[in-house]
Amino acid sequence: MPDVTKTAAATAPDAVAAPPVDAPAPQDKAEKPRSLWGDAWADLRRNPYFLVSSVLIFFLLLIAAFPGMFTSASPTAGDLVKHYVGKPELGDVGSAGWLGYDIQGRSVYARLIYGTRASIIVGVCVTLIVTVVGGTMGMIAGYFGGWVDAVLSRLTDVFFGIPFLLGAMVVLQAFVERTVWVVVFALAFLGWTQMARVMRGAVITVKQADYVHAAKALGAGTGRILFRHILPNAMAPVIVVATIALGGYISAEATLSYLGLGLASPTVSWGVDISAGVQAIRTSQHILLYPSIMLSLTVLAFIMLGEAVRNALDPKLR
Amino acid sequence: MADLSKNDEAVAAANEEALVAAIDAPVERGEPILQVRGLKKHFPLTQGILFKKQVGAVKAVDGVSFDLYQGETLGIVGESGCGKSTVAKLLMNLERATAGEVFYKGQDITKLSGRALKAVRRNIQMVFQDPYTSLNPRMTVGDIIGEPFDIHPEVAPKGDRRRKVQELLDVVGLNPEYINRYPHQFSGGQRQRIGIARGLALNPEIIICDEPVSALDVSVQAQVINLMEKLQDEFNLSYLFIAHDLSIVRHISDRVGVMYLGKMAEIGTDSEIYEHPTHPYTQALLSAVPVPDPEARAHRERIILTGDVPSPANPPSGCSFRTRCWKAQEKCAQEVPLLAVPSVFKGQDTPAAHFSACHFAEEKQVVPAH
Amino acid sequence: MSIIDKTAAVPAPRDGSHTGPLLEVRDLHVEFHTRDGVAKAVNGVNYSVNAGETLAVLGESGSGKSVTAQAIMGILDMPPGRIPKGEILFRGQDMLKMSDEERRKVRGRKIAMIFQDALSSLNPVLSVGYQLGEMFRVHQGLSKKDAKLKAVELMDKVKIPAAKARVSDYPHQFSGGMRQRIMIAMALALEPDLIIADEPTTALDVTVQAQVMDLLAELQQEYNMGLILITHDLGVVADVADKIAVMYAGRIVEQAPVHELYKRPAHPYTRGLLDSIPRLDQKGQELYAIKGLPPNLLRVPTGCAFNPRCPKAEDICRTEIPALAPVTEQDGTDLPGRKSACHFWKETIHG
Repeated sequence: MPDVTKTAAATAPDAVAAPPVDAPAPQDKAEKPRSLWGDAWADLRRNPYFLVSSVLIFFLLLIAAFPGMFTSASPTAGDLVKHYVGKPELGDVGSAGWLGYDIQGRSVYARLIYGTRASIIVGVCVTLIVTVVGGTMGMIAGYFGGWVDAVLSRLTDVFFGIPFLLGAMVVLQAFVERTVWVVVFALAFLGWTQMARVMRGAVITVKQADYVHAAKALGAGTGRILFRHILPNAMAPVIVVATIALGGYISAEATLSYLGLGLASPTVSWGVDISAGVQAIRTSQHILLYPSIMLSLTVLAFIMLGEAVRNALDPKLR
Repeated sequence: MADLSKNDEAVAAANEEALVAAIDAPVERGEPILQVRGLKKHFPLTQGILFKKQVGAVKAVDGVSFDLYQGETLGIVGESGCGKSTVAKLLMNLERATAGEVFYKGQDITKLSGRALKAVRRNIQMVFQDPYTSLNPRMTVGDIIGEPFDIHPEVAPKGDRRRKVQELLDVVGLNPEYINRYPHQFSGGQRQRIGIARGLALNPEIIICDEPVSALDVSVQAQVINLMEKLQDEFNLSYLFIAHDLSIVRHISDRVGVMYLGKMAEIGTDSEIYEHPTHPYTQALLSAVPVPDPEARAHRERIILTGDVPSPANPPSGCSFRTRCWKAQEKCAQEVPLLAVPSVFKGQDTPAAHFSACHFAEEKQVVPAH
Repeated sequence: MSIIDKTAAVPAPRDGSHTGPLLEVRDLHVEFHTRDGVAKAVNGVNYSVNAGETLAVLGESGSGKSVTAQAIMGILDMPPGRIPKGEILFRGQDMLKMSDEERRKVRGRKIAMIFQDALSSLNPVLSVGYQLGEMFRVHQGLSKKDAKLKAVELMDKVKIPAAKARVSDYPHQFSGGMRQRIMIAMALALEPDLIIADEPTTALDVTVQAQVMDLLAELQQEYNMGLILITHDLGVVADVADKIAVMYAGRIVEQAPVHELYKRPAHPYTRGLLDSIPRLDQKGQELYAIKGLPPNLLRVPTGCAFNPRCPKAEDICRTEIPALAPVTEQDGTDLPGRKSACHFWKETIHG
């Protein structure tokens, strides 16, 4: 027996009858501890979709945080002389006029840059709120079950029954001043149900796992079971749905703004610009074109990220 | 008034103290450490979503009684749906019993809570069937085996835990350096060892093993069985060994109980059950086990039962086995046979004189003796 | 390929055009391309089955026993699976070289498969009778009514009580044993020449196991089918098989008629397996246990794959892969049908 290790010899004096299970193969020694998150990360890093989408998202976040870095022009200062000028001023990529001017002679490029912030804030904040609120509701409903679940699930159903955009319109009507935060509130108010459902389902599945029974059998309290055993294992689907939904919230904001119910001038937002661009669609397509491209690209980036994360986290798809 | 309630609290605390002391007291070898009496678990069948209405019950466990003695292995065998896993969950207090008592050192653990229940949990541990779902995939092996110490900090001081975990890994035959690895980096047999190490962490007196090797490869099963036998001697453990594999149960058990449809059909020492079975179900079960010996193919008598196990939601009247029994008569449909020494064997000094719940018990040798 | 004497007298296949074994697998290799590398699941497997014969393929998880069967049936997931080498001859014709159309004709009609998990193999939203009848409607063009009659007939054949009344029931309304019977009925529907049963009784209770195995054996005799029984259970094999192929890490390590294998194993792995299972009829002391773990298919040990776990391993075992060679008596007499892939088979069988 060439590979009896010291440990095995200590525990199994009778090596034939109770042999060492795992005198490790030499290659095994090189094997590092690999957590499931670590595995998912290793998968992600090699996924081209992830790389493309994360580079895009990185730039979007940068633009949202420091718009001044990308343009010196103001998004709100209009020069009516340049009204509807669509021809790029060649040779000046990045200058105020290289994507043309809008109806009031404002730089389309500057408005694109400054509009990013509204979209990103809405997307990220709605997702955060929805994940925390919906996730908590779903976790409580899934873990405690019984009447708690019955009450919370019916409440979720009630909210789920409200058509998303219609409901958001109604909520927005209640506010006189429609800032970004009002839009965030309106979308989060109606959006948490999706997360609650996903989380509830995940928790119910995980709750039945033997390791949860094992923790109970050891005498673990509710807090430990929830946060150490259930939550880490129920997070994956929520993360995936949240990333994909983020793109959806951004487009919902644009839709509402387009309909004149979300953000409105002087707030700078792609939705506002798209709405304005439609009015000039016959003559100056560039006003509609660029914000639309940015919007699609952003939504696509988050959906791609969500898909990549799903592939990395879901072992069945491997 | 305030004084009184304070007084009550003090009394309650003192009671709890006494309970914990009783639970932690040692038991002599060969004395009963666990006594199960009339244990029942009925899962209600309900209709309706918010306002549920009970329309029936699945009688998963329907009046089971047995003793587990200190230092022995009691095997429980039966087919799927006979309630053997539910018995394990009830003993672990993972499910609340519908009726009946489980006395652990004289204390009825089905009625305990708080500190006393936690003390019981320290002393009764469990090894699960599926090594793939019984370990939290997001925790390292060190965290999994060390978790019992987090929950019961009095067992090991904080600075000592890592060393304790490594000791435990060593005891179950795993390399102590694996402490930072994750469960998915191990094979089934190794994972089951991790599960056993977790069960051993708190120095329990009883380990309830629910099909501990049925998910493992044949060549690894023997390793784990040997390990469990070694640990039993080393740590003076009592095992309740639940399995459907009759050969393994015979190998490891001192006494064996056979369950059918939530009830105990027959219970006795391993040779009483395997060599002198008196209950027709036990006989059929034993005769159906494939024996790894083609020579035995020809001259083995096989009792092939007709039909399937009836639903526990609607068990037959009288003896629950009568629908598949070749001996069934009028009496079997009307009277529930009691688990006792059958009257034909009463007072006789024969291995057939053990507890068997059959009106027409008779000895029949089905396993060829060697 | 050797053919065991006992089965040589079997009547010729029904179409009479081909006289060799019903199915022959030659030097089959299967690999899976995974994130962590190439897993070599099957590394050169040879076996054959005749009409009316039962071949048991015995092995643990990861031994390649099921993958081989999936390759035969043509239901391997490709990719990640790949068959770089090998032949699967059904009545002398290589199925790996057939067109998809030809292959589909063989599958189901000539070769049928029974799976371990009957519940997930049956469609839950269609009645059992409809699913059974589908075979006749699709392959033989029977009318709905005739197909249903055929379905009842089949259910009677596999001894499902009250077949007529239950033909419109759905899979979940049957018990595990009954569902497995329905699976068998489905496999039998078109009277195939060969049935591959992958762990057909593993999910069933012992008392039901015996019923299902008996049924399978009875029907096999009646239709004179070949049967490949894939299992990890040495007990089940002993009860029904004619010959056994023991697989380990994607290779056949030993092949023998059933009685011979249990009496005198010629490979240390087989010997270890036989010694390590507890016996119902005796209360042994400590169990013999094969040390170590089944190999990781991404890193199969060099030489004989069993060498790290083998009590007899010597230097040669770590460097040279032993070929599956015929086994003889001590005096050199042939042992028909016996082969072992061990450098020290002589010591193992005669020692």
